[in-house]
Amino acid sequence: MWEYTEKVKDHFLNPRNVGVIENADGMGEVGSLACGDALKLTFKLDENKKINDVKFQTFGCASAIASSSALTEIIKGLTIEEAEKVTNEDIAKYLGDLPKEKMHCSVLGRDALEHAIANYRGEAEKEIEGEIVCECFGVTDLEIERAIKENNLSTIEDVTDYVKAGGGCGNCHERIQEIIDSMHGKEPRVKRKSEKLTNIKKIKLIEETLDREIKPALKKDGGDIELIDVDGNIVLVKMHGTCATCTASQVTLKNYVETKLRELVTSELVVEEVQ
Amino acid sequence: MNVIYLDNNATTKVAPEVLDEMLPYFSEFYGNPSSMHTFGGNIGRKIREAREKVATILGAAPEEIVFTSCGTESDSTAIRAAILSNPDKRHIITTRVEHPAVKNLGEYFAKNGFRVTFVPVDRKGRLDIDYLYENLTDDTAIVSIMWANNESGTIFPIEELCKTIKEREIVFHTDAVQAIGKIPIDVSKTEVDMLSLSGHKFHGPKGIGVLYIRKGTKFSPYVIGGHQESGRRGGTENVASIIGIGKACELAMEHLDERNTRVKKLRDKLETEILKRIPNTIVNGDPENRLPNTTSIAFEYVEGESILLMMDEFGICASSGSACTSGSLEPSHVLRAMGVPFTAAHGSIRFSLSIYNTEEEIDFIIEKLPPIIERLREMSPFWGDKVIGYQ
Repeated sequence: MWEYTEKVKDHFLNPRNVGVIENADGMGEVGSLACGDALKLTFKLDENKKINDVKFQTFGCASAIASSSALTEIIKGLTIEEAEKVTNEDIAKYLGDLPKEKMHCSVLGRDALEHAIANYRGEAEKEIEGEIVCECFGVTDLEIERAIKENNLSTIEDVTDYVKAGGGCGNCHERIQEIIDSMHGKEPRVKRKSEKLTNIKKIKLIEETLDREIKPALKKDGGDIELIDVDGNIVLVKMHGTCATCTASQVTLKNYVETKLRELVTSELVVEEVQ
Repeated sequence: MNVIYLDNNATTKVAPEVLDEMLPYFSEFYGNPSSMHTFGGNIGRKIREAREKVATILGAAPEEIVFTSCGTESDSTAIRAAILSNPDKRHIITTRVEHPAVKNLGEYFAKNGFRVTFVPVDRKGRLDIDYLYENLTDDTAIVSIMWANNESGTIFPIEELCKTIKEREIVFHTDAVQAIGKIPIDVSKTEVDMLSLSGHKFHGPKGIGVLYIRKGTKFSPYVIGGHQESGRRGGTENVASIIGIGKACELAMEHLDERNTRVKKLRDKLETEILKRIPNTIVNGDPENRLPNTTSIAFEYVEGESILLMMDEFGICASSGSACTSGSLEPSHVLRAMGVPFTAAHGSIRFSLSIYNTEEEIDFIIEKLPPIIERLREMSPFWGDKVIGYQ
């Protein structure tokens, strides 16, 4: 059981400002059903350009609801410029702290606020900036870098606690570690240089890697992969089982297989799927 | 506040009769059964009696019963024993919905040079038996399949599976931790080689488990030490708990009918009324073939931890397959293996009853739960906008 503070419990059981404001001046929506939490924030300004009404709707755990409720209380009465400075840390502090594993709930609140302010200013919905690192939760390298910087994070678990990245399949752990290392001024680990492979060696190594590393991982989730051909550095594969029908995981899967093969065979390989 | 406990697949109350039998063996009769003096030696007789009681509920012989420290130790012992006894075989078969005691051990072996097949299940949690049979090979060291699932309550056809697997002379182990006391188990009518039990899941104490090992099964101990348990599990006997699990087995036999009549009726009432009173609600699991005490219900568009904590305000104890309760970020592996959509998996609640539950308690939950779900849905940005639907 989580050790929530009395303040978290209070804001969960008696959430303030639940609802949606019609004709809101600003609206921000973040998260999704699949991710397990989502927040919709709407606010209205008075004649002095201060937030005088703010409402939220949240799908999520107790700390997500409490964080949303706290956020609305914090920004009520603030100008946009003041509200803009509110951080996830402020939300956590307002609640007398959150369990470390639940810090992403406060980040969700901060994100919704940023979206709502951008929406108020008439800024177009931002394109996703940066490169997706965590495929499971759709987290980019820029988001990870920001969380590391703002909250002084130093481990992969920290990053997962704050922005969820790395909390799913775990395939991005190495990349997250690299980001942490580079943010803390460490040299990224030097990758082993691959020796020149003969074609026959390459195909054998691909087969071995598929059998030993990739197939067991896919089979755990009811899928399978078959090697169809190797053409130069292009590896043609066919997906079976759940992998074949799950369009959402298509990208992840290709990336995962490719990353593994590049890591263990040679870095030039490109994976292509045969339908 | 009264506690209304419907989390009996997590753990159960020690039955008062069990506790009464155990208590004298802490401070009064504290001897070591291995001792030569009568004071210690007499304890050996009590352990023998307990072993006979465990054997009786399983339809086994007393010498086929080994006491361990928990269900997890029993599972680990069984699987490792099969692997050590078949050193030339490098393949393990289990399912995608096992308890972590088996699932994580399987993943461990997969990382350490073994081929591990995880058999999938369908939407109701039923095993893909054809897939299982197709994957049996001469290289298979052990098949380990739970008798009944802790989350969905779905029962697997262990007797039927045994026949085909034993024709191939492959070791078969079953984790019967959730099945014991809830459905009849008779190893004399199956060909299962090893079977795990845990005391605290059927009103015995925590810290005691059982591994049934069929006579003639190749075995190698996991906890190596003294001569206890005929050399199959070292370590001084957990005397009081062994006596406790013996008594729990005796009570479980007495109460088996009640579990399948009165308790089942209460479970059915709870489930029917919840489905009737709360829209967008789905039962996870196989209604045709399910433990009589378990129901897993998905409340769409709300999150499980929130439901649990709001029920907690009324003293109602249940558990959730949602991500947020476990500290992980993804819903339970069982619900995911069953293909329960995320919308429903995050809001899944498991109620598991015991003989100690009353109709008043069920009525109380039926009254309190609908407003909780309604409140949370009103708070949810997805409610009222159901077009978002399944992703």
